[in-house]
Amino acid sequence: MSAEHWFDIGTIADIPQRGARCVATPQGRIGVFRTADDRIFAIEDHCPHRGGHLSEGIVHGAAVTCPLHNWVISLETGKALGADEGAVRTISVRVEEGRIRLGLEPAILAAE
Amino acid sequence: MSERLVIIGNGMAPGRMLEHLIEAAPGRYAITIFNAEPRVNYDRIMLSPVLSGEKAYEEIVIHGDGWYVANGITLYKGHRIVAIDREAKTVTSDRGVTEPYDRLVIATGSVPFIIPVPGADLPGVITYRDLDDVNAMLLAAQSRQKAVVIGGGLLGLEAAAGLKERGMEVTVLHVMPTLMERQLDPAAGYLLQKAVEARGIEVLTKANTRAIVGDGRVEGIELADGTIVAASLVVMAVGIRPNAALAKEAGLATNRGIVTDGRMRTSDPAILTVGECAEVGGHVYGLVAPLYEMARVAADELAGGAAGSFVHADTPTKLKVTGIDLYSLGDFADGDDREEIILRDASAGIYKRVVLKDNRIIGTVLFGETGDGAWFNDLKKKATDISQMRDTLIFGQMFQGGAPADPLAAVAALADDAEICGCNGVCKGKITGTITAKGLTSLDEVRAHTKASASCGTCTGLVEKLMTLTLGDTYSPAAVQPMCGCTDLGHDDVRRLIRARQLKTIPAVMQELEWKTSCGCAKCRPALNYYLVCDWPDEYADDYQSRFVNERVHANIQKDGTYSVVPRMWGGVTSAAELRAIADVVDKFAIPTVKVTGGQRIDMLGIRKEDLPAVWSDLGQAGFVSGHAYAKGLRTVKTCVGTDWCRFGTQDSTGFGIRIEKFMWGSWTPAKVKMAVSGCPRNCAEATCKDVGVICVDSGYEIHFAGAAGLDIKGTEVLGLVKTEDEALEVIVAVVQMYREQARYLERIYKWAKRVGTDEVRRQVLDDAERRRAYFDRFVFSQKFAQVDPWSERVSGKDKHEFRPITALAFKEAAE
Ligand code: SRM
Ligand SMILES: Cc1cc2nc3c(=O)[nH]c(=O)nc-3n(C[C@H](O)[C@H](O)[C@H](O)COP(=O)(O)OP(=O)(O)OC[C@H]3O[C@@H](n4cnc5c(N)ncnc54)[C@H](O)[C@@H]3O)c2cc1C
Ligand code: SF4
Ligand code: FES
Repeated sequence: MSAEHWFDIGTIADIPQRGARCVATPQGRIGVFRTADDRIFAIEDHCPHRGGHLSEGIVHGAAVTCPLHNWVISLETGKALGADEGAVRTISVRVEEGRIRLGLEPAILAAE
Repeated sequence: MSERLVIIGNGMAPGRMLEHLIEAAPGRYAITIFNAEPRVNYDRIMLSPVLSGEKAYEEIVIHGDGWYVANGITLYKGHRIVAIDREAKTVTSDRGVTEPYDRLVIATGSVPFIIPVPGADLPGVITYRDLDDVNAMLLAAQSRQKAVVIGGGLLGLEAAAGLKERGMEVTVLHVMPTLMERQLDPAAGYLLQKAVEARGIEVLTKANTRAIVGDGRVEGIELADGTIVAASLVVMAVGIRPNAALAKEAGLATNRGIVTDGRMRTSDPAILTVGECAEVGGHVYGLVAPLYEMARVAADELAGGAAGSFVHADTPTKLKVTGIDLYSLGDFADGDDREEIILRDASAGIYKRVVLKDNRIIGTVLFGETGDGAWFNDLKKKATDISQMRDTLIFGQMFQGGAPADPLAAVAALADDAEICGCNGVCKGKITGTITAKGLTSLDEVRAHTKASASCGTCTGLVEKLMTLTLGDTYSPAAVQPMCGCTDLGHDDVRRLIRARQLKTIPAVMQELEWKTSCGCAKCRPALNYYLVCDWPDEYADDYQSRFVNERVHANIQKDGTYSVVPRMWGGVTSAAELRAIADVVDKFAIPTVKVTGGQRIDMLGIRKEDLPAVWSDLGQAGFVSGHAYAKGLRTVKTCVGTDWCRFGTQDSTGFGIRIEKFMWGSWTPAKVKMAVSGCPRNCAEATCKDVGVICVDSGYEIHFAGAAGLDIKGTEVLGLVKTEDEALEVIVAVVQMYREQARYLERIYKWAKRVGTDEVRRQVLDDAERRRAYFDRFVFSQKFAQVDPWSERVSGKDKHEFRPITALAFKEAAE
């Protein structure tokens, strides 16, 4: 795997607690989540069920419920919880002095 | 001609007696009741939940006004009988009404005892017996000052807990070394004191009141040791005395109470007595279970039956303070001829003690865990020899005879005549039998038919287990039980506790009600958010993160992640200017689909989320506001053309529909609410399948409710006919507010109405003008905070972050 590049996307304060924002990339949307205890997670913003935008779901604990058909996705592992099966890609996150950086592979981003 | 039956006092005992009598001998008596309290018969036991705020007075009424009318009973409210003339066979009230009788029942209950100390008559000193006392306490609680409760018994502690819930600082003074010493041994008394203190109530034991001090009104209490305890309110709850004075003056035999034989007959054969004023076999009583037994016997006597005599039995005591579990039964004093078995678990705060005599249980005290109370009671009542299970007895029923540790098995093992509901004396066999015979499937039905768990409610868990046993898989307590995996509480309990404990934020609910997850889930959070919005419209700050995306962004999410926008078209009426504005918006934002909805308005589908504020801005300039097509709230009010155009129209259905929609838009409801107004019974607006519908007729407005035409198809129920539009609006608003306050989240009106009963809804919003007005007023109050157009708020910048990505990582091909 090629080295990650850390992209600054904004501050913690840009995301509401128990909420999310999305980041538009040429490769598709990434959902960035902030939990009640201020942990930040990033996952692909594309539900493994039928592609719902996870960043528009309800955030609870370290999980999000998809707005379309209520699948629950773990923010830590990207896996669907409960009886449903499926997973989304997780993206590394670094928080430094309140700024959020996502670890993305420049190779992928640069590609078509 | 019917015989004349006169009753003095309208408390719980004669109320129950009349129910039996009317069933056994309908029409035999012309019945007249005199009640010193100016009200109908209510559940006195439940005054404490009224005081604490867990229930409203209306919820504890046993017989409403309609019941007396329906049964031809004359009730003189606020009439105290001052004389009985046994010679002439008449009674006379303080307001000068004299009534002749053939049979008389004295049911004057008890009077609270007032300790005769100086200052006991100062304003601010009250007792705890009836609704007036509760109202006086509530009034005093508004000042949020200091209350002192004299008496650490059942009543005193319930009063203290209630006043504390209402925000007062509370001290309990108890003359004995431990609380509730008549029902609890010192160990349990100690645990109780700890539990009471843990709620922030101060407890002073061995506190002997010497005087109540104050200049013109109560300011404090002076104890025998000279200490002064400050107080703006003093509640005296030191005991009760049978109210036998009237009978004594009339020359009836009295002792502590009015002396009766086992058939509740006094020394005058024409006069019976029931309730706390009666003394049977040397006993007087202060709990309802034996009084209900008296009621049964007295009704049988009046009906000319011969079904047995009153027999003394011990009644268990329970404290109705939410979160304190305590159970006591029988005799638990130490003695040479007695043995005891004790179990303690200090960390869990559990204490259990069973007192034995000749290998038979004579008394039980349970604190912290009271589930086995009914079983111990049963063993005691049957005088079962427990020597075989002596070693495991104290662990409870689950541990006997190798039975599995299954709570259901414990209930299954109870004998058919084991008492489940102490208040109403309902045994297991009666409950299971009625469930089967009547095909009951819900707790509410079981309550209605058997009365089990219908009074103080502490046996609800047992009754539910019986339902599970009887109905097997067809009864899923899960359907009525937990809201979601985060709690064991059901919706109704959560709603009740939110009000009772004045919980005003989601974290407060989760903390106080011991949520099992740190921040809930997508099921409970939206429900809690709604309950809080509904109960505290002025104080609660809406938690947007607990709303489904549609209610956060005020549009409907579509399968491809775009949104649809439905502006209000009041009553389905539009204009050229509105249509033109819509057409312009559709062109400007290249909206792919425009569709007329089933709700008489226009839907624009396929709008990109980022465009929403700009779309709303344009629509707003043409006067449009959000149609809440996404909301658990008021959706549409469909109308037909009515008297404006139609040759059959009887009223202005269009105008009235618009008026309703303008009055009620913006309100949040448990599930969506759809309405319609049709101008005549041809019903072109399809009002009879709506949550609330109106059919206009010549004589006025026929109001319908509880219809549905989605997942279920259900015609409406008729609520009633009213003459004017104003009245119709008031009724409609009241029924919706009642629904808002009572329904479970996501429960449509028709499901809620089925649960509470159409008659009950009619009784509250149609028959009871005062109640209707109160619902109406509460709705109007909450609208002050709800009628804000969410679209224009967002156009002016609210929740900007919802509508755009935090950032776009733009590389050379970044095109999203
Ligand atoms: C647009 C519309 C269909 C249409 O093209 O006509 C519609 C569209 C949707 N309906 Fe409906 N319903 C529409 C009228 C109805 C009607 C007819 C009516 O209102 O007269 C009904 C039957 C009447 C009733 O509710 O009893 C109806 C019964 C439902 C139900 C079943 C509800 C139930 O409790 O039985 C759902 C599902 C739900 O709410 O959970 C539903 C849910 C939906 C949702 C919100 C599905 C969803 O969750 O995304 C659809 C959203 C589409 C959108 O984005 O606009 N829709 N839906 C109608 C909008 C009315 C409006 O102006 O607001
Ligand atoms: C706050 C509280 C909590 C309680 N909790 C429990 C509990 O958990 N469990 C339990 O089993 N019991 C409980 N009780 C006790 C129970 O409420 C009583 O035992 C029961 O209500 C007594 O019924 P009754 O019909 O004998 O008298 P009451 O219900 O007291 O009715 C007597 C009525 O007669 C009227 N009256 C009196 N004199 C006259 C007259 N001369 N003319 C006309 N009317 C007259 C009075 O105004 C009163 O309305 C509680 C009581 C209170 C106050
Ligand atoms: S009936 Fe309603 S919910 Fe079903 S597809 Fe049509 S619009 Fe959607
Ligand atoms: S698309 Fe997420 S649950 Fe269906």
